[in-house]
Amino acid sequence: MTRSVVITGVGAVTPLGVGARTLHERWSAGVSGIEDGFGRASEFEPKDHLSTKEVRRSDRFTQLALAAAQEALEDAGWDGGAPYDPERAACVIGTGIGGIGTLENQHIVLREEGAERISPLSIPLLMANAASGVVAMKHNLRGQSFGTVSACAAGAHAIGQALRMIQNGEADAVVTGGAEAALADVAIAAFAAMGATSESGISRPFDARRDGFVMGEGAGALVLERADAAEERGAEPLAHLLGYAATSDAHHLTAPEPSGRGAARAMELALKDAGIAAEDVLYVNAHGTSTPLNDRAETNAIKTALGEELAAKIPVSSTKSAIGHLLGAAGAVEAIATLLALRDRIAPPTLNYGEPEDGLDLDYVPNEARPLQNGDVRAIGLSNAFGFGGHNAVLCLEAS
Amino acid sequence: MAVTATREEIESRVFTALEEFGAESDQINPDATFESLDIDSLDLVELAQIVEDEYGVQLKGEDMEDVKTVRQSVDLVMSKLA
Repeated sequence: MTRSVVITGVGAVTPLGVGARTLHERWSAGVSGIEDGFGRASEFEPKDHLSTKEVRRSDRFTQLALAAAQEALEDAGWDGGAPYDPERAACVIGTGIGGIGTLENQHIVLREEGAERISPLSIPLLMANAASGVVAMKHNLRGQSFGTVSACAAGAHAIGQALRMIQNGEADAVVTGGAEAALADVAIAAFAAMGATSESGISRPFDARRDGFVMGEGAGALVLERADAAEERGAEPLAHLLGYAATSDAHHLTAPEPSGRGAARAMELALKDAGIAAEDVLYVNAHGTSTPLNDRAETNAIKTALGEELAAKIPVSSTKSAIGHLLGAAGAVEAIATLLALRDRIAPPTLNYGEPEDGLDLDYVPNEARPLQNGDVRAIGLSNAFGFGGHNAVLCLEAS
Repeated sequence: MAVTATREEIESRVFTALEEFGAESDQINPDATFESLDIDSLDLVELAQIVEDEYGVQLKGEDMEDVKTVRQSVDLVMSKLA
């Protein structure tokens, strides 16, 4: 029998502020965290959350992860330490790039001052697994700990992997999520060079005028627990993590397969894993990057996975319209946004939407939040995350 | 190129560095061990870089091996300067 898994705590640091509920409330109110073409987590002051030593010994992406994890653990009622045997508590945190700010700064040191002046902390700060290692160390999580690396699907892959660990009996609880702080000159220039980012600096997913994604930074963390164990300790679950699936396009280094076939298969398999039908889906939190290619392929994928008729009725919105693209953190932050939207039974809006494009004809919840179907129906949603490399990861959640 | 510095100056610079590394300022004194200040080998490499920048003396890994207290680190810099 498959073990049921619940989410008991969430935490997020995003361009909309510090706190998962802050993200949900501000996005739902139509507030944008994007300024001057970037989604900076400008309200995050590391020293408010971390000791001097922690700040010095972590790249910004790890600092964001530490703050998000702290919030999630307090939310789950773990303030006094893990309510589990530490060896049965795991930690999986994804990132797209890792500590690129550290790498960039140390490269400047290398060029200008020489190899002797490189910080001995360079590698431990920039390594992509630093967030999971440091969060595990801080909270004494002694089960499996590692990072997932799948570009903009990394956060969702991490959560999916955490789900499987509990289902497989390898852990009783997992602190999971994603973190990214890639607003470094080299990354900004490189995304621009490949034409992936928006020249206008406006994130407008699914709109005919969309011209690329807006880079953002942040972190999202979730506490997953075996449902029976959570119940035993008297925890109030926020949601059930019903299902997960991941596929690969095997098509192109960066471009999604245009028909959305791989993404559709991930959505279909996630529904199957959750044991629900397409009719049960109340809301879809799209990957919705605001790139010409993703939003078209994803629209196709949603139609294939849910069927044209249902796809036309189910609200689909993109968190990236409000915070930009958080890359490896996106899948985690957006899973949290999905969870809180389902709990409030509200579809937050796709901001900056104005001009429809032929074939992009789903209900994208333009510009204003809308209530989701209320009453007896289960509050079930999908959260999509796709990444360069052709990675597709989809989570299926049900608000408790 | 070594420069001249008094013991007090070196000690003061080491104290400041340790504080920047995250050691509690009220715990920092000549007799404190690095272990008690939660200062590890990665911090000590950085301390050696600072000392080299400031005083022009090179502290190698083997020099640092037996350095367990703040005073010993200041002694080491003094001996290199002499």
